[in-house]
Amino acid sequence: MKSRHKKLLVIVLALAGIGIAAALILNAFQSNLVFFFTPTQVDKGEAPTGRAFRIGGLVEKGSLKREADGLTSHFVVTDTAKSMNVVYKGILPDLFKEGKGVVAEGKLGSDGLFTATQVLAKHDENYMPPEAASAIEQAQKAQKTLQQ
Amino acid sequence: MIPEIGNFALIVALLLALTQAILPIIGAQRGNLTLMAVARPAAQGQFVFVGIAFACLAYSFITNDFSVVNVAQNSFSQLPKIYCFAATWGSHEGSMLLWALILGFWTTAVSVFSRHLPDDMVARVIGIMGLVSAGFLSFLLTTSNPFLRLLPAAAEGRDLNPLLQDPGMVFHPPMLYMGYVGFSVAFAFALAALLSGRLDAAWARWSRPWTTVAWSLLSVGIVMGSWWAYNELGWGGWWFWDPTENASFMPWLAGTALIHSLAVTEKRGAFKAWTVLLAITAFSLSLLGTFLVRSGVLSSVHAFATDPARGAFILGFLAVVIGGSLALFAWRAPKMLTGGRFTWFSREALLLANNVVLLAAMGSVLLGTLYPLLMDALGMGKISVGPPYFNAVFVPLMAPALFLMGVGPLARWNGSSLPDMVARLKWALAISVATGILLPLTLNGFNPWATIGIALSIWIALTVLIGFRERLKYTQGGLLSRLSNLPRGFWGMQLAHFGIALGVAGITVVANYQTERDVRMNVGDHTQLAGYTFTFQGIKERQGPNYRAAEGTVEVSKEGKKLFVLNPEKRIYNASGMPMTEAAIDPNLFRDVYVALGEPLDDKAEIWVVRIFYKPFINWLWIGGLMLAVGGLLAASDRRYRIGVKAPAPAPAGVATQGV
Amino acid sequence: MKRWLPLILFAVLVGFFAKGLFLNPREVPSPFIGKPAPAFTLPLVGNANASFSPADMKGKVWLLNVWAPWCVSCREEHPVLMALARSQSVPIVGLNWKDKGREAEQLLAQTGDPFLAVPDDLSGKVGIDYGVTGTPETYVIDKAGIIRMKHIGAISEEVWKEKIEPKLQELGA
Repeated sequence: MKSRHKKLLVIVLALAGIGIAAALILNAFQSNLVFFFTPTQVDKGEAPTGRAFRIGGLVEKGSLKREADGLTSHFVVTDTAKSMNVVYKGILPDLFKEGKGVVAEGKLGSDGLFTATQVLAKHDENYMPPEAASAIEQAQKAQKTLQQ
Repeated sequence: MIPEIGNFALIVALLLALTQAILPIIGAQRGNLTLMAVARPAAQGQFVFVGIAFACLAYSFITNDFSVVNVAQNSFSQLPKIYCFAATWGSHEGSMLLWALILGFWTTAVSVFSRHLPDDMVARVIGIMGLVSAGFLSFLLTTSNPFLRLLPAAAEGRDLNPLLQDPGMVFHPPMLYMGYVGFSVAFAFALAALLSGRLDAAWARWSRPWTTVAWSLLSVGIVMGSWWAYNELGWGGWWFWDPTENASFMPWLAGTALIHSLAVTEKRGAFKAWTVLLAITAFSLSLLGTFLVRSGVLSSVHAFATDPARGAFILGFLAVVIGGSLALFAWRAPKMLTGGRFTWFSREALLLANNVVLLAAMGSVLLGTLYPLLMDALGMGKISVGPPYFNAVFVPLMAPALFLMGVGPLARWNGSSLPDMVARLKWALAISVATGILLPLTLNGFNPWATIGIALSIWIALTVLIGFRERLKYTQGGLLSRLSNLPRGFWGMQLAHFGIALGVAGITVVANYQTERDVRMNVGDHTQLAGYTFTFQGIKERQGPNYRAAEGTVEVSKEGKKLFVLNPEKRIYNASGMPMTEAAIDPNLFRDVYVALGEPLDDKAEIWVVRIFYKPFINWLWIGGLMLAVGGLLAASDRRYRIGVKAPAPAPAGVATQGV
Repeated sequence: MKRWLPLILFAVLVGFFAKGLFLNPREVPSPFIGKPAPAFTLPLVGNANASFSPADMKGKVWLLNVWAPWCVSCREEHPVLMALARSQSVPIVGLNWKDKGREAEQLLAQTGDPFLAVPDDLSGKVGIDYGVTGTPETYVIDKAGIIRMKHIGAISEEVWKEKIEPKLQELGA
């Protein structure tokens, strides 16, 4: 085989590989990116319905309730300005506590109830997940602006 | 006193590293033998002094010297001694020191096992590794000194992160670093070849065993990390596509491409520039991995938030090392573009295809890992890229690579005939496709993912067998002696490929046929899963060395016959107050039974949520991973790397060659 | 040209990293800056009958330092705070955050007490009102009770000279 042909082969192979990979990645990105919203943004209707996203904030004190099966738990996530009801079926992470930061991934129902498929609270005792911290800061910024 | 000795030893090591970096490289450029001769003693001395520093830090940890900030933050008087020792590399500072120590180890190994190499090559290789060492040591001394004192001393330490208090964590980081840092040897060889302009088959032969060993150790490290996550996180998962995991997986993918590309360069003299680029890429990704995990860019740990100097230093270091080597590549590589000839259906072409797929997979992991950071940097909101993305991209990309893995080793260098290949492989293809379709049907109904995974796994296993049969066809004597006469390189390759077959089987079965159940259990309650009956017999308090645990007792029986008892725990660590789930697992070759405690549901802690998994074939994954590593080590010990060859000529085209 | 491609790609990546590195969460622009310091009344460590409230400090420029006995970085900044207390450059109030081990009193007796008052925030609620993400954090509060600056992490001499002291002078402390 001539070296020009070999070069062509290499280029075609590489392009095909890159093309397939790019198509796969774009397709996966389209459907699998998870966006993050604060309870305030959800309240304003900025979050999508029928598509999974993440919310973050504090677990409101005294809001954790369990159903009789022991697995389904209800709690309220707040960014201190707005709050939203969350339901989750499964075992909550070790560091899940009332009054602590939490990030939940799931879908928003038309009734405003957020059904979580995953609850994250995996940082250490005195540290808040950055997404949760930023939700609270944003909400308080907005609140202060309103008051002025 | 001991920490001050450690600090001083680090300073001496930095001076030696600078000597090791500067003098030999100048000597090699000028042809000055005296300067080149500095390389070996300087490298060995540097290793000794980093070793002293490391021993001092370990001593401070073992003796609970809480007047050292690092010890006070990461240890605890009640911590078992083995974890005290492991805590030496549990912190940022300690793990950087471990990195420097391992780099010293590899450099020393190169200085010892390089007697047959030309002096200027050795001088350049050791010099380049010295530059990297100097970077890490000055990073330690300026921003992350592990020997800083805390005055007055703390009365008690804050304890090692409970997640890290696991036997897996004792060995996981050193193994991972052995792999990461081991790629520095391939990197240094590549840069030395670029500097000298001698980018030939001899260069590939020298760097190949080093690269293979590093790759094997990295494989062990990754497998151990995955095993640790499975045992310690209590979620029954073994891979989370977490940035930390991706950081070790990307160098592995690039390294896998590199060891295959090196084979082509050694045997055929082709792909030279490509191989050099891969060597740079593999080590760059190791550095990037360190940067991602240790700087807090991705998962912002508060400790790093207070110290941007660290992140800035690592970034600057990355820019110099990677940018510098890529610039050198851009400048020198075009001058030595010579390649062998091959046809579109040859071992070269198949290995090239394997490289393209592996790098595409690496790129997709890189993109998924960095994308949230890019979006954040551009102010386009916070997003996360989770396992669904990686699975959607990775599985379809790897499937063709696994198929080619069966064909590649059976194809000839230079050119094979397609009809001949079809004739040799038609039975293997038919059997694997048929099993792939039929096996899921008998188990649980048609399942395309299970079909693909099972078919590919059997395909690889069968082609390995065919490889052995074809190699043995023309040899004489008893089967055992014929087998033992095969070169280790061949054995290593086949063993590693067979390991992949096992791993793919394990992943496929566990992903498609595992069952799990979260259930509320009171004392005496039963539940069923996968034919087993689980009886919850209650909880008792247990006092560990540095934690309190609620230890559950779950009896497992099958068809009325008692089989075994599992004791999952929920621990609260004394120092941090951090809760930890400790799963209990009954393993065997074909399945794991995995029980973890969720949370207590009543005030007296009698009723608990219990999580039960039945995980078929999961252990095939770890076994396959270890086989991969053993194969690599075996291949690296092949006789032909031990023969003292000063400068063999590149293999002329058309010569029959043995194995990869 | 083709050979330069890897280098160019890498340069772009470094650019993004540099941006990401100097971004979140190092200097989260705190929404509290320019806002009145949230009010609270907490008992004092060592004297539970007395209490402290930010209103007590009206008319003074002061520092609210959030610390805890279990926090090792707080010990790093302790000598700096002691030096500040000795030179009487600014009154410092030390909010004792989530001290579940009740060690604050003993520790201050041992190592010296740089604080004008040590309000005891056992539950951590006041910390949340101030948007504390971890210890130590320090707030500069002006004569009118407005938060003017927030510093995350230990105060070193450098931080004091380059960041906090100029701010205090600007506020007329």
